[in-house]
Amino acid sequence: MLRMWRIGLLSGLALVAAPAHAFIAYVSNEKSNTVSVIDTESWTVTKTIKVGQRPRGIDFTRDGKFVMVAVGDDDTIQMIDARTQAVVDSLPSGPDPELFAQDAAGKLLYVANENDNTVTVIDLERRTRLGDIQVGVEPEGMTISPDGKTLINTSETTNMAHFIDTASRQIVANVLVDARPRFAEFKHDASEVWVSSEIGGTVSIIDPGKHEVIGKVNFEIPGLRKEAIQPVGIGMTRDDKTAFVALGPANRIAIVDVASRKVTKYLLVGQRVWHMAFTPDEKYLLTTNGVSNDVSVIDVAAQKVIKTIQVGELPWGIAIAP
Amino acid sequence: MIRWLLGLIGLGLAATQALAADPVMIGVGYLGVAGTRSTLSLVEQPAENDGFAGARLAIEDNNTTGKFLNQRFTLDERRIKEGEDVVQAATALAEKNGFIIADLPADALLKVADALRDRGTLLFNAGAIDERLREADCRSNVIHTAPTRAMLADALGQYLVWKKWSRWLLVVGSHDEDKLFADALKRAATRFGAKIVQERSFEDKGGARRTDSGVTLIQRQMPVFTQQAPAYDVLVAADESEVFGAYLPYRTWDPRPVAGSAGLVPRSWDPAQDQWGAIQMQNRFVKLNARRMTALDMQAWTAVRMIGEATSRTNSGDVKKVADFIKGPDFSVAAFKGTRLTLRDWNLQLRQPILLVDGRMVVSVSPQEGFLHQVSELDTLGYDRPESKCKLK
Repeated sequence: MLRMWRIGLLSGLALVAAPAHAFIAYVSNEKSNTVSVIDTESWTVTKTIKVGQRPRGIDFTRDGKFVMVAVGDDDTIQMIDARTQAVVDSLPSGPDPELFAQDAAGKLLYVANENDNTVTVIDLERRTRLGDIQVGVEPEGMTISPDGKTLINTSETTNMAHFIDTASRQIVANVLVDARPRFAEFKHDASEVWVSSEIGGTVSIIDPGKHEVIGKVNFEIPGLRKEAIQPVGIGMTRDDKTAFVALGPANRIAIVDVASRKVTKYLLVGQRVWHMAFTPDEKYLLTTNGVSNDVSVIDVAAQKVIKTIQVGELPWGIAIAP
Repeated sequence: MIRWLLGLIGLGLAATQALAADPVMIGVGYLGVAGTRSTLSLVEQPAENDGFAGARLAIEDNNTTGKFLNQRFTLDERRIKEGEDVVQAATALAEKNGFIIADLPADALLKVADALRDRGTLLFNAGAIDERLREADCRSNVIHTAPTRAMLADALGQYLVWKKWSRWLLVVGSHDEDKLFADALKRAATRFGAKIVQERSFEDKGGARRTDSGVTLIQRQMPVFTQQAPAYDVLVAADESEVFGAYLPYRTWDPRPVAGSAGLVPRSWDPAQDQWGAIQMQNRFVKLNARRMTALDMQAWTAVRMIGEATSRTNSGDVKKVADFIKGPDFSVAAFKGTRLTLRDWNLQLRQPILLVDGRMVVSVSPQEGFLHQVSELDTLGYDRPESKCKLK
């Protein structure tokens, strides 16, 4: 069954007549040094896994067998066995890893190391370090193009999206965006890259061919100061029609119409919302709310928050089993 | 498709040309005073390179960004000694540098600002907290990254009122700057509804800050000095001159917390600040300078980063262009304080949250929740536009 799901995901096909399915979500708790495991049928925390210090970026390996979690203060990425739900290994990242991206085959992992202005390349099979790429000050956001040829890294103090050719591991272009870019996301059709700027308060939309900012998403919430609107995580539906943007201390998720680049709705979630993940059937979107120590569950079709789940302290990243 | 391809080739050519050309050089001068002042606590004794070290880190940060834009930043450091002509030193720096970071006393800064005015040099006041530099004596060629006394006092006042410690025993030193800080604290008390139950002054009778049996003496003096006070919640000390403030915590007659110049202190930055991504910069700073980052280092770092931010946004090293952009409505800078920092256009003061620190931890960050403002909550700290006496010229 898992295998079938994966094939569906990889080929980018819409899934038809998917059966009601329970999924498992993994949430990194930055302050507790734990990962909370959530069952999406009962919407309860079924297990809390002890990990290294300051867990943030989290994702599954492509085969669904492991959860990788960047534990920044231990300067490594830990591997959690998804079957036993225990830490079984670690990867040789550079200092202070935060976010990472992997290629479509799940062979190479690219890690942003905030402390030394580099992106580290790791061979996932051998679990060895292949090399480093020099980027701007405080690398953070990471995404890879659907064809795997271009890696995008954002640097928080340089305020750029660096376009890196994955074959030569050289930077081919640098695109200036608004202040403190934190997260990058490709449209599934590869036509645009969306980059959130936490301090700038915008999402820049970049044409990955021309390496130019071709548009911006702006946010305005009545009664809220502009400074409180700090975009971080971005999630895009598989049909590329709707994007969800976490607005940090604005405590809201913005729903954006991708075609017009306009916000259609704001959903109130928990405090300081960081990141998000869809269930594989895209029925639900789960967001991590740092300050209120919980996860909000959004019904994607109804565009409503239906549930709040208490997790560990300062929940940051989230990944859902494929 | 063909147009797209042509565009791509064109872009490639432009990029190649840009890389082949000489980098745009952006010279930043730093003008400080030689020697350091003496503090009561040995731990707080400023390093010889206090401030300079922050500027050096920002130059590195700017150059990391600059290598992608073909811009190169240099830092030209100059310390003036007692009796040296500050205008002469500043003019010499301005020969090669369009931007100067200044850590100077107020009068010296004004002399430099007026002397360099026609030259178009843009000055950043990273050191002086005097209100008058942003009020009656404001200058259109001076940007202030240092907070003001009123901003610091308001930040502390908001927290004390939030904590419901609203009865203050104010102890003021005998030097001019102590009195100025006391005035700012009194203004904060009035603004936020605290009451100064009594004001006492502590006379500076001279004497050494380092002695072999100081503790014994201080332990006898401070309780006596603070006894028979009316009922109060917190002792607020105004002692910028470092004469008595640090002697007060744990030695007051009544068991009360101390704030102001000792105890809970308002500052633009602190070595303990690790929120909002600050840890990365703190690590970079320690790696480069082998010590922790002070408020003055941060004020200098912010000034140099403002220059870097503006040169990358305008893709130019032209001083006028960069200065106009910094003073314009689209400018903001990220400085690890959880919010974007912008300039008050009426006096060129950088809006910024203020940390409240106890020497080991960041206790709180002001503005406090509930202190509202129609433009920016950061404008609840210090003099606001309607109160300002500044006429920029």
